[in-house]
Amino acid sequence: MNLSAETGAKCEVLFTVNGEAKKVLAHPMERLLDVLRNELGLTGTKEGCGEGECGSCSVLLDGMLVNSCLVPVAQASGASIVTIEGMWAHSLMKPLQEAFLECGGAQCGICTPGMILAAVHLLEKKPEPAAADIREGLAGNLCRCTGYMQIFEAVASATRRRVAR
Amino acid sequence: MRADPAEYRLVSPGNLQAVLSLLAGESAQWLPIAGGTDLMVLYSAGKLPNRKLINIWNIPELRQIEVFPDSIRIGAACTYTALRRHDIVTREFPLLATAASWTGGIANQNRGTLGGNIANASPAADSLPALLVYDAEVSLISVRGERQLAYRNFHMGYKKTALAADELIRGISLPRRFSGYFSHARKVGARNAQAISKVCLAALGQMANGTIRDARLALGSVAPVPLRLNDTENALTGKKIEPSLIEMARTSVVTEIRPIDDIRSTARYRAAVAANLVAEFLEKLAAEGARA
Amino acid sequence: MRSASLQERHIVGVSMPRKEGWNKVTGAARYVDDMVLPGMLYGATVRSNVARGKIRTISFDPSIAWDEFVLATAKDIPGKNCISLILDDQPCLASEIVNHPEEPILLLAHEDRHKLRKAVEAVSIEYEPLPSVHTMEESEQQSTIIWGADNTFKSYVVEKGDVDAVWKEAAYIVEGEYLTGAQEQLYIENNGVIAVFDPENGVTVWGSLQCPYYVHKALMALCGLPGDRIRVVQMETGGAFGGKEEYPSMIAGHAALLSIKSGRPVKIVYDRMEDMVATTKRHPSRTRHRTAVNKNGQILGGEIEFTIDGGAYATLSSVVLSRGTIHSGGPYYWPSVRIRTKAVATNTPPHGAFRGFGAPQSLFAMERHMDRIAQVVGISPVEIRRRNFLKPGQSTTTEQTIREGIDLDRLLSRALELSDYTAKQTRFAKENKEGMQKKGIGIAAFLHGAGFTGSGERYLNSLVGVEAGGDGNVRVLVSSAEFGQGTNTVLCQIAAEALEIPYESVAIAQPDTTVVPNSGPTVASRTAMIVGKLVQSAAKGIKQMLTKTGLLADDYTPEQFRSACAEYVTAHGALNSYARYEAPRDVYWDDEKYRGEAYAAFAWAVYVAEVTVDLTTYSVTVDDFVALQEVGKVLHPVLAEGQIAGGVAQAIGFALYEKVVWQNGRMINNQMTNYIMPTSVDLPPIRVFFEELGNVHGAHGAKGIGELPMDGPAPAIINAVEDAIGVRFRSIPLLPEDLFEALRPESLQQDALSSTRGKA
Repeated sequence: MNLSAETGAKCEVLFTVNGEAKKVLAHPMERLLDVLRNELGLTGTKEGCGEGECGSCSVLLDGMLVNSCLVPVAQASGASIVTIEGMWAHSLMKPLQEAFLECGGAQCGICTPGMILAAVHLLEKKPEPAAADIREGLAGNLCRCTGYMQIFEAVASATRRRVAR
Repeated sequence: MRADPAEYRLVSPGNLQAVLSLLAGESAQWLPIAGGTDLMVLYSAGKLPNRKLINIWNIPELRQIEVFPDSIRIGAACTYTALRRHDIVTREFPLLATAASWTGGIANQNRGTLGGNIANASPAADSLPALLVYDAEVSLISVRGERQLAYRNFHMGYKKTALAADELIRGISLPRRFSGYFSHARKVGARNAQAISKVCLAALGQMANGTIRDARLALGSVAPVPLRLNDTENALTGKKIEPSLIEMARTSVVTEIRPIDDIRSTARYRAAVAANLVAEFLEKLAAEGARA
Repeated sequence: MRSASLQERHIVGVSMPRKEGWNKVTGAARYVDDMVLPGMLYGATVRSNVARGKIRTISFDPSIAWDEFVLATAKDIPGKNCISLILDDQPCLASEIVNHPEEPILLLAHEDRHKLRKAVEAVSIEYEPLPSVHTMEESEQQSTIIWGADNTFKSYVVEKGDVDAVWKEAAYIVEGEYLTGAQEQLYIENNGVIAVFDPENGVTVWGSLQCPYYVHKALMALCGLPGDRIRVVQMETGGAFGGKEEYPSMIAGHAALLSIKSGRPVKIVYDRMEDMVATTKRHPSRTRHRTAVNKNGQILGGEIEFTIDGGAYATLSSVVLSRGTIHSGGPYYWPSVRIRTKAVATNTPPHGAFRGFGAPQSLFAMERHMDRIAQVVGISPVEIRRRNFLKPGQSTTTEQTIREGIDLDRLLSRALELSDYTAKQTRFAKENKEGMQKKGIGIAAFLHGAGFTGSGERYLNSLVGVEAGGDGNVRVLVSSAEFGQGTNTVLCQIAAEALEIPYESVAIAQPDTTVVPNSGPTVASRTAMIVGKLVQSAAKGIKQMLTKTGLLADDYTPEQFRSACAEYVTAHGALNSYARYEAPRDVYWDDEKYRGEAYAAFAWAVYVAEVTVDLTTYSVTVDDFVALQEVGKVLHPVLAEGQIAGGVAQAIGFALYEKVVWQNGRMINNQMTNYIMPTSVDLPPIRVFFEELGNVHGAHGAKGIGELPMDGPAPAIINAVEDAIGVRFRSIPLLPEDLFEALRPESLQQDALSSTRGKA
């Protein structure tokens, strides 16, 4: 980190995104969301509100679910970030994708990347979540289309699929 | 996004001494940023006047929870998630663990910090009433050294704190003497998750010989600062919990608080609910006492 | 005749995979803000900060290098300065007068989003304020005229029977006034478009939208270009709910103007604060009922007055009013009625389409009023409805005869059974004696007409195409947009089933006005029913072309279909078939008298809400919800259930959480932190059940269902709250603060006095 960086200067941020080492030149207060979308072309992460309320910008940062619209990119220096585009490599992804498709968990799809990341985060911490755990785990992700019912079913179904494997 | 990142500086010294030197050198100019769950919202809305920020997210001393025989010390940059996961916090300080579970959703709990909640000094902050009833002490650190301050003296007015311009919150100490207390917390917001509180109660009680030995009540969102209800507590001490006492407590609560009308709620509603929450606590305390 | 191999196989009625689902679960789906074009500029809007006034001066702060910016004002509009919709009264950019806060005045574009935002802030506009109107009451008083001659966008009168004669026969005359507030659609993807103008092709727009041809029509007028020089393409759209029915024409117009001015692509995407403060919301409403009822609780007749607040310009208010008018009598038999309705102007951003489109407003009133009538007569909410339900052979308030075998009495019984209504009522009555949590259960019975009203579908004159390639793959060509509700999937199911080929062989073209015909807007719950039926016809047309040319037998396999297509295309060229809407011959509507067959089909429903009222916090929680509806035919069980659950969730928000806070015509809680939408831990289990009576006018007997679930939950919930605590709320959203105020001793006294009214 360049301590003597003047206002307006960009800095180099090195981090891992979806398993790949990345180097970006950005203002330290650039939002991680914007760096992912605009510098790295990873447009799967969405902006729904810009205030950390809707969760459609959720990513995993060192294994923790965070709202990327609230993370200055400088704080992601050295971190490992996973976005929806990197989820193909995750063991939970296939059961979740199948379950979301089968149960109707995705309607317009805009909240879906964030929801899936939140679901992954939940299932990593609680491999066999109760209904209340699923509700709580997804409480920071707003969906306007589904009324949440089929999203809960999808997560519960993915849990069963994964256990069955 | 209504702010220009090019107009901001964010530096990451990576160690506490360097952070403190910066704060001392150009005091009142540098704003520490930890998880950013308050500051980044202001920033995105174009409402963050501070242009110089110091990253304290990565300072190891600030992220530890140290356990001592008589107290625990929570580093200022401990996240709500870390609090919820800590064995001693959940067992001996349930009001704090509960408050942590109420703050935003999981993503915001993974980033929001206790120190940030304190420094931001919103009267609606969820964890602050818990700190008041647990007799918390804050450690404030600067190049001049470290000092302890009773948390009840930290908030001086709306968003005005005792933090000096060159100081950083280092940690929050909680004395480990509340295990024997009955604890009760209730947050009233516009919805069950991701809500700024309209009224928030953190309460501890202990009965002895059928009377209240100690009652500790703190409310959020009913005054310019998180409020410990000292007068009401004093009026309750040594008394038997019966309907007349609960009525008295209700009246006392309404007298002690200073709620306002704002975009989220009304003063009248807040006053009525605050009184209801305290009454509810007393009824539960009585039931608990009867069980003992 | 079905081919033997497909005999057992059904595609319609089965939950086939969502056509664009894979893209959505992998993050590959492309929404407008995901797209970037070379040389693209960002556009932004300078908006008014007064409710009404004359523009006096516009000044540009010299600290900004204005020559770097593209600037467009009303003077730069090549065609007509309006957003062409119905009355064409709404300007694209205000030039002399502004009529609402946040009205667009001028446009700026720049490569750098941050410089752009600062430039917007550096424009100062001075106004000579004019008196403004902010409530329906002020508007109808007409002491200040802000629109037309009398502030009234539209009015209707519907009369049936002899209303004036019923009052003297009535055993009871029951009155009530009911209010609903504005509601923000709150699609998670904000409004956005990209526009490109080049002299050869004209204007191309990619956007988040519901109705490509609405935008097409509006751009023709605005840009002064013929239809073949305007191209509109719908991108993946992150939720719409009506909020992207008419509004996209405005934002597309803005982007187009900037592109015309600069010669470069221009992207305009709103942030949440701008989207909430500047775009359309649900029309606030006020309904007044005065009903004559006999001693058995049967409605003899009545007067219904229904008024909606349209905001500053006419936009779609006349149509919202129309639907609200026609639904105002609910699913009940009215021997006589006089319904007087109007849409009035106020100085607020125009209100617009939102799922339900007037019906949630007037049905809220009707269903609250039914419970009131029950109270006055002294019978139960269940019984009052049984005694008044429409029966086959009877006619609605617009004298549409119910021709299908709907049995609302039985539907109600089933809903009560599914929700365990009677047992719960008994239990709650006991449990409510103690404690601070009071439980209640409430019902709402309602209907929702699918498709455009009356002659609307004839006017739309929808056209649908289906084309088959030489490889036997089929493409559906419609302008109907997918925005989560399942358009792509359902229309492909219908085509596949009609052609007896695998679902996987059918795709749907991205709605692009240079590729697809105008199948009408994606609104009014018309897509599955009306457009679906046309897709079916067009698909059958493909089959006919192949069988007529002897390339296909009447009974065939998918492989044979494929070979036939290959042969046809080689021999004749393109293989496509179009089908145009034909109005059913037995549907007759009188636009003058507002009488007749309003809709080709009604879906029917009974919903039951179970609530807890917490007297410590004055909050209402919905604990359980049963949604039972008759929908003709369920084309896709998972999608259908998803539509109902999603609509119920939005309606729970409408009833209990979502309040728009106004200050001088401007929404001041325009952030997600202050405009409260239910989260996953606020909603009950929503239990969805269907019945299927069929529908001759819909594909496979389907009726529209998209908007139906918006109509019932709010009154069911408020009925349940009254059941729990005996307070008669008449206004939504019902917030804890409102409940608290109503329970204060002074308020209860007042309410007790007013409830003695209603005895004749």
